[in-house]
Amino acid sequence: MSTVKDKQDLKKAHYVSEWSRIPLNGDPIWLKQLRIRGAHLFRDTEFPNTRMEEWRRTNISIINNTSYRSTPASPPIALTQKAVEPFFLKNPAATELVFINGRYNKTISRLPALPEGVAAGSLRRAIQSPLARVVKTHLGSCLQARNAYTALNTAFLQDGAFVYVPKNILVETPIHIIALTIPGQEPSAAYPRVLAVLEDGSQASITTHFVSLSEHQPYLANAVEEIILGPNAQLDYCRLVEEKAQGNHLATAEVRQDQNSRFNGFMAVLDGNIVRSQVCVELAGDGAECQLNGLYLNDGHRLTDTQFSVLHSRPHGLSRITGKGILDGDSKAVFLGKVYVHPDAQKTDSRQLNQNLLLSERASVETKPQLEIYADDVKCTHGATVGAPPQEVLFYFRSRGISEAAARGMLTCGFAQELIEEAPTHAIREYLSAHVLAKYAPKEIR
Amino acid sequence: MLEIKNLKASVNGNLILKGIDFTVNEGEVHAIMGPNGSGKSTLAQVLAGHEAYDVSEESSVTFLGQNLLELPAEERARAGLFLAFQYPVEIPGVSNAHFLRAALNEIRVSRGLEELDAIDFEDLLKEKMELMNVPATFAERFVNLGFSGGEKKRNEILQLAVMEPRLAILDESDSGLDIDALRIVSEGINLLRSPQRAFILVTHYQRLLNYVTPDFVHVLYKGRIVRSGGKELALELEERGYDWIKDEVMAAA
Ligand SMILES: Nc1ncnc2c1ncn2[C@@H]1O[C@H](COP(=O)(O)OP(=O)(O)OP(=O)(O)O)[C@@H](O)[C@H]1O
Ligand SMILES: [Mg+2]
Repeated sequence: MSTVKDKQDLKKAHYVSEWSRIPLNGDPIWLKQLRIRGAHLFRDTEFPNTRMEEWRRTNISIINNTSYRSTPASPPIALTQKAVEPFFLKNPAATELVFINGRYNKTISRLPALPEGVAAGSLRRAIQSPLARVVKTHLGSCLQARNAYTALNTAFLQDGAFVYVPKNILVETPIHIIALTIPGQEPSAAYPRVLAVLEDGSQASITTHFVSLSEHQPYLANAVEEIILGPNAQLDYCRLVEEKAQGNHLATAEVRQDQNSRFNGFMAVLDGNIVRSQVCVELAGDGAECQLNGLYLNDGHRLTDTQFSVLHSRPHGLSRITGKGILDGDSKAVFLGKVYVHPDAQKTDSRQLNQNLLLSERASVETKPQLEIYADDVKCTHGATVGAPPQEVLFYFRSRGISEAAARGMLTCGFAQELIEEAPTHAIREYLSAHVLAKYAPKEIR
Repeated sequence: MLEIKNLKASVNGNLILKGIDFTVNEGEVHAIMGPNGSGKSTLAQVLAGHEAYDVSEESSVTFLGQNLLELPAEERARAGLFLAFQYPVEIPGVSNAHFLRAALNEIRVSRGLEELDAIDFEDLLKEKMELMNVPATFAERFVNLGFSGGEKKRNEILQLAVMEPRLAILDESDSGLDIDALRIVSEGINLLRSPQRAFILVTHYQRLLNYVTPDFVHVLYKGRIVRSGGKELALELEERGYDWIKDEVMAAA
């Protein structure tokens, strides 16, 4: 008889053996040490399971029970820029960075000129440049969400996206990171990684778009994004998860904000089987502000889990968490907004709201705010709604000649559109609107 | 065009409309008045096809030759019936322009007309908004969301102007309007009057009827039309209130 523990050990042995085959390629010692730390942490940490408070509502045993192979460094088919162009933003001025299975592919990326000193490209290249110091300082520096999978991402860290904006520089054009997973014949895992460092008073807009070109092979995209904002820096950050139906996705973003910095985050989960979309922000300097918007569109038997947490460490911080979900079929959504206010974080102003539109009686939502407040002079509010379109509203549409089905479509699009308006860049708003229209709008009103 | 016979309707087993008869012909304006809770909105909602109300088997309503009671709400609208709600709902996320274009196109398609594309609709909406004297910002605002009471009523009249129904039922479209807004709304209604179009104006106030002269005035009380007359009846009600009518009803019972 094998116990749960034995099974876990077997799975872990699988990853450890995969890990031992990572080519060394002249990596600096500190990077190897970082990977080893990740591997240790992975080996010593239980796989996430429903006995853990953070994972109580989200059963990922399907992921735990699969021995994902590492995705090949170069895909079986040679990709041209044409093949990835459909993922490019509808903004010819955008920087398009293409990553295949976590590794940068410069030849099919599109690299318009950026302001002096700005880096947007590969982590691996940065390590060999004068920016190595920045990478070394920040990579793996702020892992609040330590679980077996984030540890695994670090254990397998070989390349990733790196964006660096020097002091007082404003990058006006969006930087678009396309994280493409192309699994092999067996179930495979990719380990995308993003590191963005914005120095004092700088400003940028970054979008990471998780996609796949696989039609049938199951895979896991296990992503970690680290974002460091210096004093007064401003970042618009968007994460679009658009995996295939047989693709699972675990994403964790760690954001560390210095004083008066602003983070405007928009996390959209459009597709994928099981998707966990986590963002952990620390408002580590006085007067820092963050906005976390989450949109999830569930149908079929899909499961999404949105976990937004904000740690208010310093006074005068502001956080706004908004989650909006549309649930159809037998799908399930979990939403958790977690706010922690440290005793020093007086004058904190925090609001969270989660709204869910149920299009099917079989769909379900588990939503929960979690507030831990240790300062006394703070404003923290929260609210959540789960429901179907109200009959009175449907009747209003019908009294104007619009059928109930069309009314539902319009209401659903409108519900999503309200949040989409908050998305940082024009091209992303257009992209999301088009996606929502194609998915929910009755043909006649598109 | 509208013939109501013995209309009885109840909600949750409570009989609210207790047998209503009246006829509206093309081009006519009928005012319906009556104390609070007498069933005016219920009548309007039943005619528009709200399913919360159970309509008695004995009742019949014919609209432009069709059996109205058989039609679902959206088909009544497509047949040319319009209700301006006493309490218009708010629709977050759907702009007025988008909503109205969808509505108008449903109606056009049901009449065998071409759909209007966004550009043609834009022109039409602009024209109607100028005609009805509503602020240009109405087009892109979400339907009724955050509108003041008066703005909501004006938005209903704008919808009426766009949809060009054959019969318009206005449920207290004059309530909550200041003098200027009332004049604008009344002028709008007068502009929309035509020999082919009829109006049923549910109102509490003579004020509106000073601007829009009714052909008939009916008093609804406890679910029945207890008195009908010409425009002078409204003036009499304004002067004497409803007590004398209530007394007459009591005496007759
Ligand atoms: N959906 C409903 N459920 C329960 N009761 C209802 C419903 N609709 C109407 N009623 C009741 O029917 C009666 C008539 O209401 P209605 O709204 O038609 O009156 P009204 O004449 O329009 O009044 P007002 O002048 O205040 O607008 C009231 O007693 C009301 O409470
Ligand atoms: Mg009423």
